[in-house]
Amino acid sequence: MGLRLDLFLFTIGILWGTVTSDLVLSKVDRRIDLRSQIVRVVSTVKVENAGTELVSEVLLAFPDNQVKHLAYLTATPNNGKGKTKGSRNSYPVENVHPKEMPQALNFYSVSLPKGLSKGDSLTFDVLAVFTHTLQPFPEKISQADVQLLVFQESAHYLSPYEVKVQSLSVKLPDARIESYTKLENTKIHGSEIKYGPYENLPPFSYSPIVVHFESNQPFAVAQELVREIEISHWGNVQVTEHYNLIHGGAQSKGEFSRLDYQARPHVRGASAFRHLVARLPPRAHSVYYRDEIGNISTSHLWGDSKKTELEIEPRYPMFGGWRTTFTIGYGLPLQDFLFESEGKRYLNISFGCPMNEVVTDTIIVKVVLPEGSRDISLSSPFPVKQWQETKFSHLDVVGRPVVVLEKANVVPEHNQYFQVYYKFNSFAMLWEPLMLISGFFFFFVACIVYMHADMSISKSSASYLAKMQWDEVLAAVQQVENIVSRCLTIHDKLEASLSDLSRTGDIQGCKTARKAADGSLKELIKELKPLLSLLQSSQQAAQILPKVEELVVKEKDLQERLMAKHAMVVDCYEKKYGGKEIENRVAQHQQKITSLRQEVEDLLEIIYEI
Amino acid sequence: MAASETSSETTLRHAFGNVLSFFILLLIGVLAFSIRLFSVIKYESVIHEFDPYFNYRVTQFLTKNGIYDFWNWFDDRTWYPLGRVIGGTVYPGLTLTAGTIWWILNSLNIPLSVETVCVFTAPVFSALASWATYLLTKEVKGAGAGLTAAVLLAMVPSYISRSVAGSYDNEAVAIFALIFTFYLYIKTLNTGSLFYATLNAIAYFYMVCSWGGYTFIINLIPMHVLLCIVTGRYSSRLYIAYAPLVVLGTLLASLVPVVGFNAVMTSEHFASFLVFIIIHVVALVYYIKGVLSPRMFKVAVTLVLSVGLVVCFAAIAVLVALVASSPTKGWSGRSLSLLDPTYASKYIPIIASVSEHQPPTWPSYFMDINVLAFLVPAGIIACFSPLSDASSFVILYIVTSVYFSGVMVRLMLVLAPAACILSGIALSEAFEVFTRSIKFQLPGASINSQVSAGDNISDSTMAHNDMAKTDKSEDTLKERPSRKNRRKEKEPVEQPSIRSRIEKRLLVLPLEASILAILLLVFLGAFYVVHCVWAAAEAYSAPSIVLTSQSHDGLHVFDDFREAYAWLSHNTEVDDKVASWWDYGYQTTAMANRTVIVDNNTWNNTHIATVGTAMSSPEKAAWEIFNSLDVKYVLVVFGGLVGYPSDDINKFLWMVRIGGGVFPHIKEPDYLRDGQYRIDSEATPTMLNCLMYKLSYYRFVDTDGKAFDRVRRTEIGKKYFKLTHFEEVFTTHHWMVRIYKLKPQKNRIRGKIKKSKSKSSSTSTKRSGARKKNPWH
Repeated sequence: MGLRLDLFLFTIGILWGTVTSDLVLSKVDRRIDLRSQIVRVVSTVKVENAGTELVSEVLLAFPDNQVKHLAYLTATPNNGKGKTKGSRNSYPVENVHPKEMPQALNFYSVSLPKGLSKGDSLTFDVLAVFTHTLQPFPEKISQADVQLLVFQESAHYLSPYEVKVQSLSVKLPDARIESYTKLENTKIHGSEIKYGPYENLPPFSYSPIVVHFESNQPFAVAQELVREIEISHWGNVQVTEHYNLIHGGAQSKGEFSRLDYQARPHVRGASAFRHLVARLPPRAHSVYYRDEIGNISTSHLWGDSKKTELEIEPRYPMFGGWRTTFTIGYGLPLQDFLFESEGKRYLNISFGCPMNEVVTDTIIVKVVLPEGSRDISLSSPFPVKQWQETKFSHLDVVGRPVVVLEKANVVPEHNQYFQVYYKFNSFAMLWEPLMLISGFFFFFVACIVYMHADMSISKSSASYLAKMQWDEVLAAVQQVENIVSRCLTIHDKLEASLSDLSRTGDIQGCKTARKAADGSLKELIKELKPLLSLLQSSQQAAQILPKVEELVVKEKDLQERLMAKHAMVVDCYEKKYGGKEIENRVAQHQQKITSLRQEVEDLLEIIYEI
Repeated sequence: MAASETSSETTLRHAFGNVLSFFILLLIGVLAFSIRLFSVIKYESVIHEFDPYFNYRVTQFLTKNGIYDFWNWFDDRTWYPLGRVIGGTVYPGLTLTAGTIWWILNSLNIPLSVETVCVFTAPVFSALASWATYLLTKEVKGAGAGLTAAVLLAMVPSYISRSVAGSYDNEAVAIFALIFTFYLYIKTLNTGSLFYATLNAIAYFYMVCSWGGYTFIINLIPMHVLLCIVTGRYSSRLYIAYAPLVVLGTLLASLVPVVGFNAVMTSEHFASFLVFIIIHVVALVYYIKGVLSPRMFKVAVTLVLSVGLVVCFAAIAVLVALVASSPTKGWSGRSLSLLDPTYASKYIPIIASVSEHQPPTWPSYFMDINVLAFLVPAGIIACFSPLSDASSFVILYIVTSVYFSGVMVRLMLVLAPAACILSGIALSEAFEVFTRSIKFQLPGASINSQVSAGDNISDSTMAHNDMAKTDKSEDTLKERPSRKNRRKEKEPVEQPSIRSRIEKRLLVLPLEASILAILLLVFLGAFYVVHCVWAAAEAYSAPSIVLTSQSHDGLHVFDDFREAYAWLSHNTEVDDKVASWWDYGYQTTAMANRTVIVDNNTWNNTHIATVGTAMSSPEKAAWEIFNSLDVKYVLVVFGGLVGYPSDDINKFLWMVRIGGGVFPHIKEPDYLRDGQYRIDSEATPTMLNCLMYKLSYYRFVDTDGKAFDRVRRTEIGKKYFKLTHFEEVFTTHHWMVRIYKLKPQKNRIRGKIKKSKSKSSSTSTKRSGARKKNPWH
C-alpha cells in the first residue's frame, strides 16, 4: 500500500511540480517519538521564500490514512535552540482543501503572522500527535509473549514544496528492535534510528519505512470518557469522570494464569498494565474511585500544594483487549476555578483526561451550571462540538443548564483550559433552602390545622350527636368526681382538725374548722345538683348513672358519719373524757367511716375506668 | 377555680408527655437507622450477600421498565435454558417498595441511584418497625412498655442481622409488615372499629406481598381467635377483628401472583377458614342465645348439635380425603419442615443444605436476642396480670415463635419482635414497681403519704401526737390535687384497674432493694446495648462480597468476588453462559450480567442436580454435561490459598448429595473415606478426579511447592495434573474465584482416525504417566 501510494504521489508530484514552488524548505528535521502509544512527530521546518511575492501561509501535507489518526497539530516559532513550547504564540493552523492539490492528501495551512517576503526564511516547529498508528503485530499474543508493534512512515518529508536537506530520527523504547527498513544513510544509535540526511528532494517525495519493535508500554485507551463538572456556588466544583477503558495493544489469547502473573509479573504479563496515575488539581478532596458494582479498594492518593496524584488500579490487570469501566470523582474548591470578570462569572478548567498517556477516543465534557444561570457562552482553545442540555438535580424546578462539549481523538496535549462564561445571581442560591424551609413550614401548619380542625363530615348525624352527648356526660362525670374528691379533701381537713384537737385540746379551733367545712360542703352539694340532673336527663349516661348515684349516696353517708364522729369527739373533749373513752365511743363510727371511704374511693376508680 | 387551674395544668402535662414520647420515638427511629449504618461506614454502600443482589436486579428492572413489564418479566438470564418467570414467582413487596421510594425521590428531583435506595431501604424500615412495635406494645400494656419495646427492637441483633444497610432482603420490610399487621389486629380487637379492620387487611396484603412468612400471620391470628373463643372471650370486637381480615385478606392475597390460588388451596391457609366457620357458628349461637329464652335455647342447641355434627364430620372427611390425596398433604416443603423438623434433611437436601435452615444452637439465642431471653419469662408473667385479649395474643405469639425459631435459625427473626415486646413489658413493669417503691418511701412523695394517711385514719384519730404523722396528713392535703392530676394524665393511656391498684399498694419493696434493682436493670440494659452495638459493628455488618482481615500491617481487603464478576462482565460475550454452584447465581446475574445455569431461587432440583453432577464428575463427563448446557465458563470459589472457609470444596458434599439424589450414578460413598470428605492423600480416586477438585486445585501446588490447603489444613492428595477440556482464563488476586473456559470441541473431520488415535494414546499415556508419578494412587 505504501509503495502504491508512493508511486501515485510521485506521478502527481511530477505532473504538478512547479505550481507552488515559491517556497522551499531549506531544512527539515523530524523527530518521531514512539516511546508511548501516542506517536508524536516534531518537525523543525526552515522555510524559505524563493519566489517574489509575499507568502503568508505554509501548507503541511498528511496522507489520508494518517489524518484519521491525527489528534493534535500545532506550529510554533522556533527561536534558536531554546524550545519555547508555548501554545500561546503558536501560529494558527487550519484544514484547507486547495483545488490543485491531489485528493489523497490532506492539507493544513499554517498562517504566518508577519508573512514571508522574498528571500526571507523562517524556522518553526510542527508538532503532530497521532493515535492508533502503532499496530500490534502479531495481533494476538499469549500471556508470556512480548508485545511487538509496527510503525509505518515515510523516510522523506511529505510536502508540497521542495525540500533541500532533511533528516528523520525515530526514538524507540529501550528494548529490542525486531526489524526496520534499511535505506541509504540509515544509522541505529541505541534505541534511536536515524534516516538521512537526504538532500534536494522534489515535492511529494515518499519513501516508506517500517519499524517493527518491542514495546510494553500501557496501551490504555478510553473509548469513551464522560466528564461531568458540576458547579455549586456553595463552594464546590464536583468532577465526575466515567471511563470506558480498553487495553488497545495486542490481544491476549489463550490461558491467563494468575500464578505465572504473580510469580513473574514482568515476564508473564509484560504487556499488561496494572495501574494508571491521574494528576488531579491541587486541593482536590472527597476523591472516590468505583465502578457500577461498588467501590474499588485498590488506589492510592498523594497530594501536595502543586498537585494531587491518584494512582488507581483496575480490579484486574489489564491484558490486551481486556476492558473495564470505572468512575472517579473528586471535589475542587470553587475559588480555584471560578472567576468573575465584567459582571460575568467564568469557569476555567482543564479539558482532557487527567491521566497521563491515555488516549481518549471520544470525550464528552458536561459543565453543569447552577440553576438560574443565563447568557452562557464558551471559549475553547480548539474546535469542539457543543450543545446545551438541561439536567434536573437536587430539588430543581426549572433544571440546570448543561454545556456539553464533545471531541474525538483526545491526547494529553489537549489538556488545556477552557472557559464557560455565564451570569448568575447570588440570591438564586437561597432558592432551594427557602423552598425546603417553606415546605416544612407548610407541613407543620397543615399538621396543626389537622389537629385543631373538626373533620367530621356531618354535624347532625346520629353518631356525631351521640359523641357530643357522650363528651358532655364525660365532662359532667369528671366534675362529679372532682367535687367528690374535694369533699374528701374537706373530710381530711376535719380529721386533721380532730388530730389537732387531740394534740392541743383547742376545741374552739376545731369548731371553727367544723363550721368552715360545713359551709364548703354545702356549697359543693349545691354544685352537685345540676350535674346530677344533667346526668339523669341524658340517655348516654344510663350506663354510668347508677354508679354515680351510688357514689353520691355513699359520699353523703360518709359525710354524715364523719360529722357525727366529729361532733362526738368535740363533745367528748368538751366533757373532758379520757382518751380511751373517746376512742371507744368513736370506734364504731370510725369503722364505718373507713369502710365507706374505701367504697367511695373504689367507686371513683370504677367511674374513672368507665 | 381550682378545678380549671388543675385541668389546664394536666393538659399541659399531657401535652408535655406526648411531646416527650414523640421525641423519644423520633430518637428511637434515628437509633434504629443509624445502628445499621456500620456496614456503610466500615465497608461501603453496597448490596450484601446473595439474595439482595437478586432483589436489587429486580428493582433495577422495575425502575427501568415499569410495573407492567415487571409483572410480565420472563428472565432468560437465569436457569438457562429454562428461564424463570420473575413476575410470577417473586414476592414483589420489597421491590415495589424500593421502586416507589426511588420514583418518589426522583420525581422530587432528588437523584438518588437505585442502589442507594436499595441499600438504605432496610434501615428505614427497621425504624418503621420499631415504631410499629411501640404501637403494638402500647395497645397491649401502655405507652411505657411501648417505648421500652421499641427501643429494644431498634437494636435487637437478630433483626440487625437481616436489616443492616445493604441487606436488601424481603425480611427487612416483612418484619415491619408483620408487626404492623399484628398492631392493627390488636387495635381492632381493642376498639372494634371496622376502619382498623380494613387497614389490617391491607397491612396483611402488604405482608403477603413481602414475604412467604405471611403464613405465620394467617395461622397465628386464627389460633388466637380460637383461644379467645375457647376461653369464653368471644365478643363482637373479636368478630370484627377477624372476619374482615379473612375475607378481605384472602381476596387481596390472591392478587399477588406468587400466591394466587394458593391463598385458598394450600393447607397453610386452612386453619384460617376453619376458624372463620367456627367464629360464625359461635356468633350465631350468641345471637340466638340473646333472642331465645333459656329453655328454648337448650332445645335449639341439642337440635343443632346433632345435625351440625353430622354435617361437620362429613365435611371434614371430604377435606381430609382431599388433603391426603396430595403427596405432601398440601403443605409446601418449607412449611412441612417447620412442622416436622427432620423432614427436610430426610427428603429435600436443597432445603437442608442452606445453613439458615438448620436448627439454631443455644449460643445463637444468646447472640441474637441476648438478655431478652431472660426477660421474656417475666414479660409473660406480666402479661398474665391481668390477662386481656391483647396480652393473650402476645403470649401466643411468643410461644409459637419460640417453637419456630427452634426449628430454623432464619425464623429467629420472627421471635425477635415478640421477645422485644415481652421484654419491654417486663422491663417497664419492673421499673414501674421499683420507681413507685422508691417514690413511696421518699419524703414528700404522694402515694406514700396518701396510704399512710389512710393508715393514720384507720389506726386511731387522736392517740398519736407525733409530728411526723401530722406532717404527713398535711402532705395529704397538699397532694390531693396532684394525685388527681396524675390520674387525669393517665387517662387514655394507662388504665390500671382497681385490683391492680390495690395490688400496687401491696407491691412496695424496700427502698434499698428497689434502688439496687433499678441499678441492676440499668446495667442489664447497658449490657444489652453494648452487645447490640458490638453485633451491629462486628458480627453482622460484613457484606460478604468484600472480606477483610486484620493483619500486622493493617487492614487487608479481599475483593476477589467483585474482581471476578467485573472481569466476567467486561471480558466475555454478553450471551455467554456461566456455570457455578447455585450460591453464586444471583451475584453473577446481577454483577456480571451473564446468564447462569442455576441460582439461589432453588426451584428446579433437577437442574441443580445436573450442575452438581457435572461438578462431581470427571473432567470429560463434566465437559459433556456443560457443553450440552451451552456453558462457556465455569466459575469455582476456592479458599484454600487464603483460608476462606465457605468455598466450593466445603460445599461439595451438597453437590454430591443433590446430584446423587437425581442421578444415581453419583454415589456419595465414592467420595467418602471413613465417612468423611477428604481431599488429602487419603481421598478416594473419584474425589481426586472430579471436576470440582481439579478446577479448585489446578496448579495450586506451584504456589508454595507443597499445595497446602489452608481451609482443610492439609496437603492436597493429587498435586500435579493437567486439564484437558478446560482452560484457566481468569483467577482473582487471592485465588478465591477461578474461572475456566470450556475448550472447544476438537476438530475431528480431517484425519479423524489417525488423530483421535494419537490423541487418545497420548492422553492415556499422560494419565498413566501422571498416575505413575503419583505414588498415592
